[in-house]
Amino acid sequence: MKSAVITFPGSNCDRDMHVALNKFGFKNKMVWHNDNELPKSDLVVLPGGFSYGDYLRCGSMASKSKIMQSVINFAKSGGLVMGICNGFQILVESGLVPGILLRNKYLEFICKNVFVKINNKDNPYFKNLDKEVFELHIAHNEGNYFCTNDQLKEIVDNNQVAIYYCSDNGKTEEKFNPNGSLKNIAGIFNKEKNVLGMMPHPERMIDKSLSGEDGSLFFKNLLNNIK
Amino acid sequence: MKVSAIITLKKDVLDPQGKVIHQTLDGMGFKDVNEVRQGKYFEIDVKENDPQKAQKIVEEMCNKLLANLVIENYKIIEIQ
Repeated sequence: MKSAVITFPGSNCDRDMHVALNKFGFKNKMVWHNDNELPKSDLVVLPGGFSYGDYLRCGSMASKSKIMQSVINFAKSGGLVMGICNGFQILVESGLVPGILLRNKYLEFICKNVFVKINNKDNPYFKNLDKEVFELHIAHNEGNYFCTNDQLKEIVDNNQVAIYYCSDNGKTEEKFNPNGSLKNIAGIFNKEKNVLGMMPHPERMIDKSLSGEDGSLFFKNLLNNIK
Repeated sequence: MKVSAIITLKKDVLDPQGKVIHQTLDGMGFKDVNEVRQGKYFEIDVKENDPQKAQKIVEEMCNKLLANLVIENYKIIEIQ
């Protein structure tokens, strides 16, 4: 299976993602933001970081990069596109998933492990996972998911919430919400569920001795699902 | 023409920075503040001599990049 990770000026999780994808059997290619065409890929990843120094609004400049037209076309034709952290911000700014990510409620940069609960498994990302709650890492200043009431209704009606922040045993209460995110939302899909944006970093959870292995489960399963 | 635009958060969007500024002002002795909302200001010099056309160009910029209409409103405040 072939994947492509886009590097924007200021991306800093692109190589971590490259390592993770290769580790679990993808043949990954790094793609520069100023390229016009994506290589033939089964999965495209927009990585975390601080593209364009987070100027104007996080992800807003990167969403207008040359390569993004190709990414948008790929997504619109059903291709799998995953945005992690800053990649999620780029997805919302490009209109591929609804809403926006605001500054964290308490104005702190948050860097810690959190638990997230999978809400919808009827998609290539989470299908066949036999676990509901995952421990993943977050590191962001703008992860406070927000959308209009009309968008929220549509998101709920179409079952577009991918993951919620929760406790270690899956309770999705406000006290387990690290950043003020609407309804504890940590990640969402587009309507068709081929585009996934999420704040937590699965690529940081792929080594038992360094962190945890919940990210490994995610990548292994993803590869099997799209094989 | 020089076009000035301001971008403000919509009414129902939380503005934690504005809140902290309000608290700081309060601590400094400015006790008569009801609320503080923080926004952005742009001055854009466009190669266009017709004010209406210049305004249209900047409005398009606001719609496409400068503002995110999910959370923000924009207003052209001056053309000179």
